[in-house]
Amino acid sequence: MTIIQNHPETRTGTATAWTPICAHADLLPERGAAALVAGRQIAVFRTFDGRLFAVGNRDPFSGAYVISRGIVGTRGEEPVVSAPMHKQSFSLVTGMCLDDPATAIPTYPVRVHNGTVEVSVA
Amino acid sequence: MRIVVVGYGPTAHRLVESLTGRGFTGTITVLGEEPRHAYDRVALTSYLTGATLEDLTYPAPEGPATVRLAERVTEIDRDRRVVVTAGGHEEPYDVLVLATGSAPFVPPVPGAEHAFVYRTIDDLNAIRDAASGASAGVVVGGGLLGLEAADALRGLGLATHVVEMAPWLMPRQVDEGGGAVLRGHVERLGLSVHTGTGLNRIEPDKVVLADGTEIDAGVVVFSAGIRPRDELAFQAGLELGERGGIVVDDAMRTSDPAIYAIGECALVGGMVYGLVAPCFSMAEVAADRILGGEAVFTGGDLSAKLKLLGVDVASFGQLSGALDVTYMDPVAGVYKKLFISDDARTLLGGICVGDAGPYSLLRPMVGRELSASPSDLLFAGAGGAGLSGADFPDDAQVCSCNNVTKGQICTAIHELGLTDVAGVKKCTRAGTSCGSCVPALASILAAEGVALSKALCEHFEYSRPELFDIVRVRGITTFSQLITEHGRGRGCDICKPAVASILASLNGGHVLEGEQAALQDTNDHFLANLQKNGTYSVVPRIPGGEITPEKLIVIGEVARDFGLYTKITGGQRIDLLGARVEQLPKIWKRLVDAGFESGHAYGKALRTVKSCVGSTWCRYGVQDSVGMAIALELRYRGLRSPHKLKSAVSGCARECAEARSKDFGIIATENGWNLYVGGNGGFKPRHADLLASDLSDDELVRTIDRFLMFYIRTADRLQRTSAWVQAIGLDYLRDVIVGDSLGICADLDAAMERHVGGYFDEWRATLDDPDKLRRFVSFVNAPDTPDPSIVFETERDQIKPVLLEVTRA
Ligand SMILES: Cc1cc2nc3c(=O)[nH]c(=O)nc-3n(C[C@H](O)[C@H](O)[C@H](O)COP(=O)(O)OP(=O)(O)OC[C@H]3O[C@@H](n4cnc5c(N)ncnc54)[C@H](O)[C@@H]3O)c2cc1C
Ligand code: SF4
Repeated sequence: MTIIQNHPETRTGTATAWTPICAHADLLPERGAAALVAGRQIAVFRTFDGRLFAVGNRDPFSGAYVISRGIVGTRGEEPVVSAPMHKQSFSLVTGMCLDDPATAIPTYPVRVHNGTVEVSVA
Repeated sequence: MRIVVVGYGPTAHRLVESLTGRGFTGTITVLGEEPRHAYDRVALTSYLTGATLEDLTYPAPEGPATVRLAERVTEIDRDRRVVVTAGGHEEPYDVLVLATGSAPFVPPVPGAEHAFVYRTIDDLNAIRDAASGASAGVVVGGGLLGLEAADALRGLGLATHVVEMAPWLMPRQVDEGGGAVLRGHVERLGLSVHTGTGLNRIEPDKVVLADGTEIDAGVVVFSAGIRPRDELAFQAGLELGERGGIVVDDAMRTSDPAIYAIGECALVGGMVYGLVAPCFSMAEVAADRILGGEAVFTGGDLSAKLKLLGVDVASFGQLSGALDVTYMDPVAGVYKKLFISDDARTLLGGICVGDAGPYSLLRPMVGRELSASPSDLLFAGAGGAGLSGADFPDDAQVCSCNNVTKGQICTAIHELGLTDVAGVKKCTRAGTSCGSCVPALASILAAEGVALSKALCEHFEYSRPELFDIVRVRGITTFSQLITEHGRGRGCDICKPAVASILASLNGGHVLEGEQAALQDTNDHFLANLQKNGTYSVVPRIPGGEITPEKLIVIGEVARDFGLYTKITGGQRIDLLGARVEQLPKIWKRLVDAGFESGHAYGKALRTVKSCVGSTWCRYGVQDSVGMAIALELRYRGLRSPHKLKSAVSGCARECAEARSKDFGIIATENGWNLYVGGNGGFKPRHADLLASDLSDDELVRTIDRFLMFYIRTADRLQRTSAWVQAIGLDYLRDVIVGDSLGICADLDAAMERHVGGYFDEWRATLDDPDKLRRFVSFVNAPDTPDPSIVFETERDQIKPVLLEVTRA
């Protein structure tokens, strides 16, 4: 199975370097996992409908690397994670903080390749 | 002994009940003028709004009492010791009790014979008959009873007028300002109010006021005060007061020692009492005296809280004083006033119109030193010990975590059109950290005129108690089922933990089992408390705060080996801070092997039951507070609830364990235990209220079982017991869990048995389950690399997190 998340920030033209993270089965639905990729902390989520998302693990409001431990849900149609520290919600699609649109966390391309979850931080 | 009672109203009924209840063996004969058994006159008006005569009628007296109905006593022959009735019947007595009550005062105006009074069932039947052929009605008298009568006329479909001689309504209870507020309420209901004028005359179908106003009215009701019915006593030559009333001493005895007078006909200490509670006290005193006791009547509480025409009206204590503080909001229709001693320290009394919220809080404090500034007390809403949104000045800091003032919140509410707490949190950041100011936010919203929706969040239209019932009744076991069938979307950080808690309360099981794992807040998800730098703290359970030296040493060794910061908590246990996610299972393993278990410091669950050393060691102790604290902590450990639960047990009234600041606090007495509920430390401190006294061990446990289960079922999300108890009322709570007024106690008991039987240690269960253990890694792809962002420095010989850089726009 190969699922590619279409991602707004994926630059076309450059070959994407994918880093394997874990088995797809290791991700619990609606729960995140932290990964360390090229020195960066990434939070990877699997939503209820099976989609995958990867965002930065750092919570800009507290400075702690805890986004992967937030509660996953929806705000309207938007899949979101809420920061466990002070509960601000971030869009998993755009990384934007829905409670403070001037703040955002980075997002990364993510896919499942042969049963393995892979992200790209290039 | 032959006792004869004249009059068969509430007071007489109470006297008979008290006498027979104390095992009186002579004969009691009650002579009542009304053609029916005694009924609850206080609830008279409900007879016009659906209650039946049976609903109002008191249970017939048991034992040696004979009741003769429709017998009016016309004469007392004190020499022969007999009373004579209108029908010529003679009843001999050894002791005579007059409980003849009072009669409405009918002013001597021309045409008064066309008018009705409002005192008995017969009066109400007559009014109802007359109303069926009329379209308008006039009530003469704008006091408490007058307004009640006016509401009744309105309910009978009449266009209703109230005429009050004084310049404002309820002149005896409220001053001009309160009267104005009340008038607003009354007029909004469609009643016409005429103040400052009396009656000139009554003509058939017409009333003419002293100022010339003419009102077409088919029904006229007098409610212009009451007069004690002392005519019999007068005829018998007993001493009467100058303005009426049968003079009695504090034993309720008249000037003839064989004759007592009680209730509204009695003049005691220079006062005639027009409320039923003091009348009942008089009945108790007389019963005791007749049976040879020493009871005395020490004065009555004239406090009253009622709903008149849908408006809360309450007054308590003395209605005058050297100083007073008034709060008035004519728009909201609220008027509150407190009377205070000249040194501004002692509460003397008060009046509330439109919001009786402070009443229950303040009435018990009459004559005592004030616990807060009078204005704070006045503003206390239904839920508050002196804190309400309306009360805060604009520059008050409402959310101290995020430094948000009331002014900022109000600006946001108005400029952004916010309608709920979530909106305020989102736009101001207030309430997004510790959350303790959330009730204040709700109260500010309410004060700004925003009606609150009960919806939990955007995903559920229901409140927490409603969701609880849905889950319970429908037997729902997963969040997915609940949100698919009763909600929308996929949930959020508000509804998911709330539902997780409901599922845990109802179904038990491990909080990390299956889909439930995804609902948990990070604390429950890692069975530890998240700290500011992303590490967690670990708190093993130390029931009752009792710990062996061996176990203390283990905790010390674990902390040393894992490099943790240690601190003694307020709950008599030890907090180990600074653990990284991947260290948690290793730390638990060491603790569990030494006999520790999870302390649930991370959960909305029972935290600790503190105790003092109690009777085992303390010179003053009267019960084993440590043993009880341990038993309670072990019984309720792991119980998931709408918010955290704290408890304490003190070994005597000196209260060294500070039990009254807890959700449920227990204080030992010579005879057992006193149980206090609804206390709180924290943001909004509150002393717990006494729920029950002198309980045995078993009674104590059963009462707490029910208290906790009823709270879990009916409280709102994140509503502490203090707010919950205040919201539902202590008396109601007692009715439900002691009197079983809802018939659910067996259910509550069974629920608690299920909890106790199903308990297991979450730490150990996690250690035993490789699947769950796999979550406790720093990185899925580098489980052995600790989070590089976590760095410590040293302070006072222990670790301390290095401050993290915050980068938000
Ligand atoms: C509409 C209404 C609302 C009220 N609301 C409240 C309230 O909210 N709170 C509150 O505390 N109080 C309230 N009260 C007052 C309360 O009802 C009285 O305090 C209480 O009824 C007094 O009881 P009593 O037995 O002393 O007198 P009564 O209730 O007056 O009973 C006296 C009885 O004696 C009978 N009687 C009198 N003379 C004779 C005689 N010679 N021979 C035989 N029988 C005789 C009378 O017919 C009557 O049945 C209310 C009263 C009314 C009318
Ligand atoms: S509360 Fe009473 S029994 Fe407990 S320590 Fe204090 S004085 Fe002793």
